Amino acid sequence: MARAVSTRTRLTFTVIGWLVGFVIFFPILWTVLTSFKSEGAAIATPPQFLFFEWTAENYVEVNSRSDYLKHFMNSVVISLGSTLLGLLIAIPAAWAMAFAPTKRTKDVLLWMLSTKMLPAVGVLVPIYLLFRDAGLLDTRIGLVLVLTMANLPIIVWMLYTYFREIPGDILEAARMDGASLAKEIIYVLTPMAVPGIASTLLLNIILAWNEAFWTLNLTAAKAAPLTAFIASYSSPEGLFWAKLSAASTLAIAPILIMGWFSQRQLVRGLTFGAVK
Amino acid sequence: MRANFLAMMTCSAMTIAVAAQAETLTIATVNNGDMIRMQKLAGAFTEKHPDIELEWVTLEENVLRQRVTTDIATKGGQYDIMTIGTYEVPIWAAQNWLVPLDFGPEYDVDDLLPAIRAGLSMDGTLYAAPFYGESSFVMYRKDLFEEAGLEMPEAPSWDFIGEAARKITDKDSEIYGICLRGKAGWGENMAFLTAMANSFGARWFDMEWNPQFDQPEWKEALQFYIDLMNDAGPPGASSNGFNENLALFQTGKCGMWIDATVAASFVSNPDESQVADKVGFALAPDKGLGKRGNWLWAWSLAVPAGSQKTDAAKTFIAWATSKEYSALVAEEEGWANVPPGTRTSLYENPAYQEAAPFADLTIKSIQAADPTSPTVEDVPYVGVQFVAIPEFQGIGTAVGQQFSAALAGQSSVDQALSNAQALTQREMQKAGYPK
Repeated sequence: MARAVSTRTRLTFTVIGWLVGFVIFFPILWTVLTSFKSEGAAIATPPQFLFFEWTAENYVEVNSRSDYLKHFMNSVVISLGSTLLGLLIAIPAAWAMAFAPTKRTKDVLLWMLSTKMLPAVGVLVPIYLLFRDAGLLDTRIGLVLVLTMANLPIIVWMLYTYFREIPGDILEAARMDGASLAKEIIYVLTPMAVPGIASTLLLNIILAWNEAFWTLNLTAAKAAPLTAFIASYSSPEGLFWAKLSAASTLAIAPILIMGWFSQRQLVRGLTFGAVK
Repeated sequence: MRANFLAMMTCSAMTIAVAAQAETLTIATVNNGDMIRMQKLAGAFTEKHPDIELEWVTLEENVLRQRVTTDIATKGGQYDIMTIGTYEVPIWAAQNWLVPLDFGPEYDVDDLLPAIRAGLSMDGTLYAAPFYGESSFVMYRKDLFEEAGLEMPEAPSWDFIGEAARKITDKDSEIYGICLRGKAGWGENMAFLTAMANSFGARWFDMEWNPQFDQPEWKEALQFYIDLMNDAGPPGASSNGFNENLALFQTGKCGMWIDATVAASFVSNPDESQVADKVGFALAPDKGLGKRGNWLWAWSLAVPAGSQKTDAAKTFIAWATSKEYSALVAEEEGWANVPPGTRTSLYENPAYQEAAPFADLTIKSIQAADPTSPTVEDVPYVGVQFVAIPEFQGIGTAVGQQFSAALAGQSSVDQALSNAQALTQREMQKAGYPK
């Protein structure tokens, strides 16, 4: 039986919900607003919220100074590439852990997660030397590889959690019908885990898109993605707030739009198995 | 028709061949006005040298420093030209990480300002060419000084600055007598405080590399700074760096600001600054000991030893730091936008003196700083507002945190100094000094 909720309670929670949402969203809103200000208005005290002279000059300046499209394409290739490659490795790995566990499976999972506990800068020089010798510095393929490795533990963990919710009996039935291992994974498991795989995919694209350590340190001019595009507009000596905001807005816009359209999928995937 | 087609094919094949032969230089630069202008004007260089193509990597100063240091230390060879400061040049040159720069007579190397040239050379050889140089000086509000019945001398003393700052301060109307850096960092508050301490007779190390924070000169300098900031500084000064103070000064909240000479063009630009027509300039203060509290920095272009294209890289550097480039900027964007602080000839140019009213004090400030003899007493190191040893970034920032905490009132001056002394001693011993 549904509990009766008074209009007043509902209203209160709605207002609180909107307030929390606004507070979380505010920094992004402020960045977008600042990108339409002049450099002088961007630092004005008291800050001007909406009533300033709106200008698009920062966008013009940013586009004339740097090649947005090149950075954008690099971001797309790197984030998509690393996520797809990661899924290719992680789906069989998560299958093995979820449906054919051994007594060491838990340890392996924990060990995989422990690779995320070392700060990335700790392995910067070894990775840099390996990349130098393999000719991977400033290449997209190099970044795809390193981001795949960086995000693989998260992908495996997420998929493992989703796969565990799928009854093993269904897979067993497929096997009894004569499905090979590959067919079992591709035709039976994957379609059933689509919400989980989709949310893993989306989350990892976002993580790879925003990754700003390896993408800055392993690139120079050719493979630099949007993170490097943003970094070129920050300065400790000189005012670049408005231009920096314009660059940031341009850099986050694609991923924000993608998140907007796929939010239902994202939320469904993230809460998958949480309520039963 | 066929002949035409053949001719066209030959032409495009030739174009491709030329393009294939062209050398591409990857240039790492910092994000500041002068560097961005160079990128815009670089077309003039590639027109003259069609066999050289340029690729730019612009990064924020600290990101750039980390990035190029990784690359040069591992001989990664990602960059053919790096923008580095006066801090890196002596260290990297000693490691043989940089290619010595030898330019022809038309470059006129003797025209470079002696203080800047000295900071970028080792044993008389130039390892980086200065693109723009800066010192620090006092920027002040002429209107507020007039109201308070004060007159700023061209070369003020610290005592005068202290007195004037307290007199101007009117906290009720948010006017603070002086804005100074307080944010912790070797290139933030320690740049200012090290230069200031030099004028108080303090130094980082004695000739045996013993830290000197237990000496009375440091105590006097730090106590003066903290008292002054408590009496006449803005609230929350311990988190203010260059940009925060710039914003405060431009919005009319500071009576004085002692910082980089490059700020002069920002605060006197009416598009950005509300006080553009009320700003005056003076040399950094002194204590009558023969040294002024101003620093010296030059963003310079250098060729890393890992580059395969050293000749093309040197050609570009010679162009970008030449008199010819200054003339090009003057022609395209006016004399006020010529990169300052590198060449004597620029300061002798009447057109420049007229366009940049702060030119005279900038050159005097730069000349007043000597990186090879920065302090009242002798020191074993090079550098005015830093000590050019690899360990300094870490130590400088740790000491900066102690001093920033003292400014925020979290510790006393004595406590901050004794912590600074202990940590510097520990780090220097670990690093194997004295060497």
